[in-house]
Amino acid sequence: MSISPAELEVILLSLKVALWCVGISLLPALVMAWLLARREFYGKTALNVLVHLPIVLPPVVVGYFLLVLLGNRGPIGGWLLEYFGISLIFNWKGVVAATAVMAFPFITRAIRQAIEAVDRTLEVAALTLGRPPFMVFLTITLPLILPGILAGITLGFARALGEFGATITFVANIPGETQTLPLAIYTLLQTPNAETAVWRLVIISVVLAFAAIALSEWLTRRSVRRLGGGI
Amino acid sequence: MASDIRLKKSFGRFHLNAEFNAEDGLTALFGPSGAGKTLLAQMLAGLVTPDEGHIEIAGRTLFSSAKGINVPAHQRHIGFVFQEHRLFPHFSVRGNLTYGSGRRAGKAPPVSFDKVVDILGLTALLERKPASLSGGERQRVAIGRAILSNPKILVMDEPLSSLDDARKAEILPLIEDLKSEFNLTTLYISHSIEEIARLADTLLLLDKGEMKAVGPISNILNRLDLIPFAGGYDAGTLIEATVTVYEPGHHMLTLKTESGGKLYITGSAKEIGSPVRLRIRARDVALSETEPKSISILNRFKGRVIDHCSGAQGMEELLLDVGFPLTARITRKSFEEMKLKKDSPVWALVKAVTISRS
Repeated sequence: MSISPAELEVILLSLKVALWCVGISLLPALVMAWLLARREFYGKTALNVLVHLPIVLPPVVVGYFLLVLLGNRGPIGGWLLEYFGISLIFNWKGVVAATAVMAFPFITRAIRQAIEAVDRTLEVAALTLGRPPFMVFLTITLPLILPGILAGITLGFARALGEFGATITFVANIPGETQTLPLAIYTLLQTPNAETAVWRLVIISVVLAFAAIALSEWLTRRSVRRLGGGI
Repeated sequence: MASDIRLKKSFGRFHLNAEFNAEDGLTALFGPSGAGKTLLAQMLAGLVTPDEGHIEIAGRTLFSSAKGINVPAHQRHIGFVFQEHRLFPHFSVRGNLTYGSGRRAGKAPPVSFDKVVDILGLTALLERKPASLSGGERQRVAIGRAILSNPKILVMDEPLSSLDDARKAEILPLIEDLKSEFNLTTLYISHSIEEIARLADTLLLLDKGEMKAVGPISNILNRLDLIPFAGGYDAGTLIEATVTVYEPGHHMLTLKTESGGKLYITGSAKEIGSPVRLRIRARDVALSETEPKSISILNRFKGRVIDHCSGAQGMEELLLDVGFPLTARITRKSFEEMKLKKDSPVWALVKAVTISRS
């Protein structure tokens, strides 16, 4: 089965969006996971709820909020447009924003669980050996939570590939601009006699999902082996 | 090395109040579980903040509630060996050992990696990961790691408590070797009187957060009033002696104590001339009014009673002078039947086989 130019466009856009989504979410998710796992501060519960909101809200509702906040006349969208000339409406950057908001809680959660599982006595030991806290984080904590970070990346990537509701609500379904795999499948489902085309995209989706999981498993095994434990 | 430590900390109804100088050599912090030993060590290392007090080590103030000084843990130059090994699982043994070695304690030359690895017998393990090591090996690496971080003072918080007796016996001599090789000021925490008798120069007794005594270990162990805190049932006298004679047919050694007394134990020829530290448990000492004849006991000391006090459950604790101080424990019944009192002349009998080498 050879892939048509139209299908390739959909696949590449989906991959581009998913990579950007993970790329821009990872560092904030790491910081957020750290705050939620390690710090006590006023409003922590509220922040925790806010982060997890996209998991429990209907995606269409999230998309609508994005439209209100990130639209060209919205409080954040207007600011982005005025100072950076970035418009998120009806283009692939908007898709990245929508998928990032949806993927963020999953990435944060995976990393947070990893941070909570870290034996903190190891960090204390590292401190007594004379390394300052940030170096301890880089040399002890970060390597130890690497499997969790990889899990977060996989979850975020998969979330971004599969995101539908928030995306279509926020940036519509424009071929070549905002039409990722699920949106393309949705469009084809509405087209008469397109069963074969639907099947092709469905198979591609499944293959991509498997590839992502296989890659992440491989990376996780490698990093676990580096930790000296076996599976 | 000048050090001045005065600390107070309260948790609910528990109050820790400690005040001492960590001298050169090994200071043992001894006391039962819950005495506050670990808490004290953690405050020294900057892992717990005292309520009030003052920590000065090698002329550097690490903590002062009055002056508002609280040096963070990573800048204190205090090496810490924890009860559990706490090795970094993602580093090899070598990586663990060198993790803190970039630190320098003032102008002192860095501790030699090769020497530490050699003494602790880690050469063959350097490229292994902690997960593949045995418990004893892990703790050896942890000790090496702390020493290689070039600390001004080394704190060992019950480093052997997670190990079985065989592993303990394997590591104790290594700690002695490290002590003589590097001459590090060390604070050694333990609730085992055997370990302490073997390693300590100075003894600091802690009980329920209160300091009971501090001083040279042999003095403290000979104080009758401290017996409940310094070993209790296993309490005894520490004797420094030198091997003078070896009797080949019986593997017998004759030892001379610092004050000139003679002692007999078993041993090997190669020990002639070497110093040994012995421990005679008070409960292993028998008393007699006259010199017993035809008896298997080799160590018979003529002396007198210096002091006595009643001990636990029908026991009487005695301090004797038999050319050196010796504590003895007999039943109150024997004590009364022998009509012993201060200055009573007495023979102390100690079976050679009950004397343990520290």
